[in-house]
Amino acid sequence: MFGLEALMLARIQFAFTVSFHIIFPAFSIGLASYLAVLNGLWLWTGRSVFLDLFNYWKKIFAVAFGMGVVSGIVMSYQFGTNWSVFSDKVGPVIGPLMGYEVLSAFFLEAGFLGVMLFGLSRVGPRLHFAATLMVALGTFMSAFWILSVNSWMQTPAGYAINEVGQFVATDWWAVVFNPSFPYRLVHMLLAAYLTTAFVVGAVGALHVLRDRGNEGARIMFSMAMWMAAIVAPIQIFAGDLHGLNTLEHQPAKVMAMEGHYQSHPDGAPLILFGIPNSAEKRIDYAIQIPKLSSLILKHDLNAPLAGLDTIPEHLQPPVGVVFWSFRVMVGIGFAMLGIGALSLYLRWRRQLYDARPFLRAAILMGPAGFVAVLAGWITTEVGRQPYTVYGLLTTAQSVSPIDAAAVGASLVAFIVVYFALFGAGTFYILRLMNHPPHVAESGLAPDEPVRAGGIMPGPVMDAKGALPVAP
Amino acid sequence: MMLDLPFIWAALIAFAVLAYVVLDGFDLGVGILFPLIPGEAHRDEMMNSVAPVWDGNETWLVLGGGGLLAVFPLAYAIILPALYVPLTVMLLGLIFRGVAFEFRWKTKRGQFLWDWSFAFGSIVAAFAQGVALGALVQGIPVVGRAYAGGWWDWLTPFSLVTGVALVIGYALLGATWLILKTENHVQHRAYAIARWVAPATLLLIGLVSAWTPMLSANYLERWLVWPQILLVGPVPLAVMALGFVLWRGLTRRRELSPFLAAQGLFVLCFIGLGISFYPHIVPNSVTIWQAAAPDNSLSFLLVGAVVLIPLILAYTAYSYWVFRGKVNAVGGYH
Repeated sequence: MFGLEALMLARIQFAFTVSFHIIFPAFSIGLASYLAVLNGLWLWTGRSVFLDLFNYWKKIFAVAFGMGVVSGIVMSYQFGTNWSVFSDKVGPVIGPLMGYEVLSAFFLEAGFLGVMLFGLSRVGPRLHFAATLMVALGTFMSAFWILSVNSWMQTPAGYAINEVGQFVATDWWAVVFNPSFPYRLVHMLLAAYLTTAFVVGAVGALHVLRDRGNEGARIMFSMAMWMAAIVAPIQIFAGDLHGLNTLEHQPAKVMAMEGHYQSHPDGAPLILFGIPNSAEKRIDYAIQIPKLSSLILKHDLNAPLAGLDTIPEHLQPPVGVVFWSFRVMVGIGFAMLGIGALSLYLRWRRQLYDARPFLRAAILMGPAGFVAVLAGWITTEVGRQPYTVYGLLTTAQSVSPIDAAAVGASLVAFIVVYFALFGAGTFYILRLMNHPPHVAESGLAPDEPVRAGGIMPGPVMDAKGALPVAP
Repeated sequence: MMLDLPFIWAALIAFAVLAYVVLDGFDLGVGILFPLIPGEAHRDEMMNSVAPVWDGNETWLVLGGGGLLAVFPLAYAIILPALYVPLTVMLLGLIFRGVAFEFRWKTKRGQFLWDWSFAFGSIVAAFAQGVALGALVQGIPVVGRAYAGGWWDWLTPFSLVTGVALVIGYALLGATWLILKTENHVQHRAYAIARWVAPATLLLIGLVSAWTPMLSANYLERWLVWPQILLVGPVPLAVMALGFVLWRGLTRRRELSPFLAAQGLFVLCFIGLGISFYPHIVPNSVTIWQAAAPDNSLSFLLVGAVVLIPLILAYTAYSYWVFRGKVNAVGGYH
């Protein structure tokens, strides 16, 4: 199809479906925790505004989670349809980890989601809170296992290869807690929290701008800015550690991120911007700071750093994509740090809800987390090419023996369906976010009329406004 | 038969697939019946009867797929490329119906679109599952450690019949579920529909059961050779007995017995399939022992499964208990 081989089509299909999929968990991991916090604050303080906020975000969570579920099922089958040789060889190691993900995470989320969404009046506030906690725990467990799988593919450990060419585990502890896993897990969880914080912050800022007196909007904006101020610096620190870990285990990836085509025997420069020129093996129009890369990566201005010239041509990752996606991620990270720092200053000046340019900036930063997550994902996944299991199994050796026409046709179908359906879902989420949070926010009422203007007062539900008296 | 790790895991994977069919079958069935029961309030009621549980039901499908990768990676690597088209179509169908659960409540003007999305997705997913099953039963060519056929091999008269059979069968599960969970008009319609799809399901079970032994000597030997026929004979007899219970429940307007009898039919068909397949996991070519991952992979995951599967069943039962009783369109579960 279009002269593309099955291998390339399968790669595009995986990249497309996983990129769509990762957006939903990146949001729902953070949002599930946020819901648990709101639910806990409601029970602890008894202030109904927290229940209103819980119900407000619950409706958005339900839509995002539904899309995450169905796009995730696709992933669990795509390993087999498009990457059957990989599945046969690597299944004995990563399969059980994914099995644990299903058993300890997916069922937990799905089993308690119904109670969390629909069950408050049926089970009472305490059991309902327990269900909310279980959903949040489920999203965390899911991230734990799937990142263990991904990390093992990046930095394989604790394995041997059997007589039919399959990877088999020799030490499960080493497999699960492989060298890059702790760094990746922390980096990804913080990314999920930041992503959610900036979405919540944008929605809060929007409604504070429209109505400064909206208590729910002020609370969500304030909570989001606290998260940004605290988590963004931690994330930059965690990202740096993750980068050092990558330098140790996947140096070629770091060379591509840094744009180091050549080795630097006495101190490598930090290239801020430039245009990678892979044909000439150099960065055109480079703006660089001498020796800073050596300082960051080796903590020594004059430390030698090897470049891609030490890696055989056919084992090098593509530089252009990795170079740029890394810069997008880092740039957004520092923008988040700036927003967080500015929020502290404005809070100190008691102007957090009044600085309109700042509120507008917070709205602009709403989708930033998603862009950063995707950029980081592209950096790490393209940067480990040409391998699926780093250094051991190439992508070309992993693909299914299937006609390019089959892969191409299904790719087109996925693209059409994903854009149509998830596009509609994104539209509905944005419309929900456009409604201001209001007093006595309703739950997920199926008969609830759509309030296009967002000005209709919610139905008065006395039972939901206050803590029910214990029976 | 020996009670080693591959055997235990074959039983567990079979259990996961059966749990999927038994649980997601009725909520797919509710979607299949959407076009037959018009009216916004009635459809609200139908969808609300499965909204709190569909997600958990569908997770068994992920366990079936993910579990196969974990413990029978060779079977996963052979079967999934062979069923490339039906499985991809199934996934797309599941997306259409899965998003409808939320999207349908988010719009009045576009609600009919999501009604169709729900119905269309459910029918397509059920049909594709039936086709995939038929394609697996009729056998797939294997060379070395890989699938060796083309990407249209699955398409045969037999697989089309199994596809239709599963749509009709899930419709029966959906109808009997609605009998159990709804009242008045929807329940009335569900009874009427069930009285059509129940005999149709039994007819199709008979047709597929008669056709299967002709597909391969292995199946023929399993089902029609003396003295094995003494061991497998009770299965068709039990199907007939349950068919009778189902019909009597429907004519006497019982609420629970039709649902249980319909589920029983699915369990029996599944047992029948197990009898046909065993000891193969890819029919006629790969046994469960040839496909199994090394023992340390099987035992590593078994530890978790032994602890977690009973827990999952317990909180799944709890969730069904929370949402027990009749639903109604106006209040839903609120």
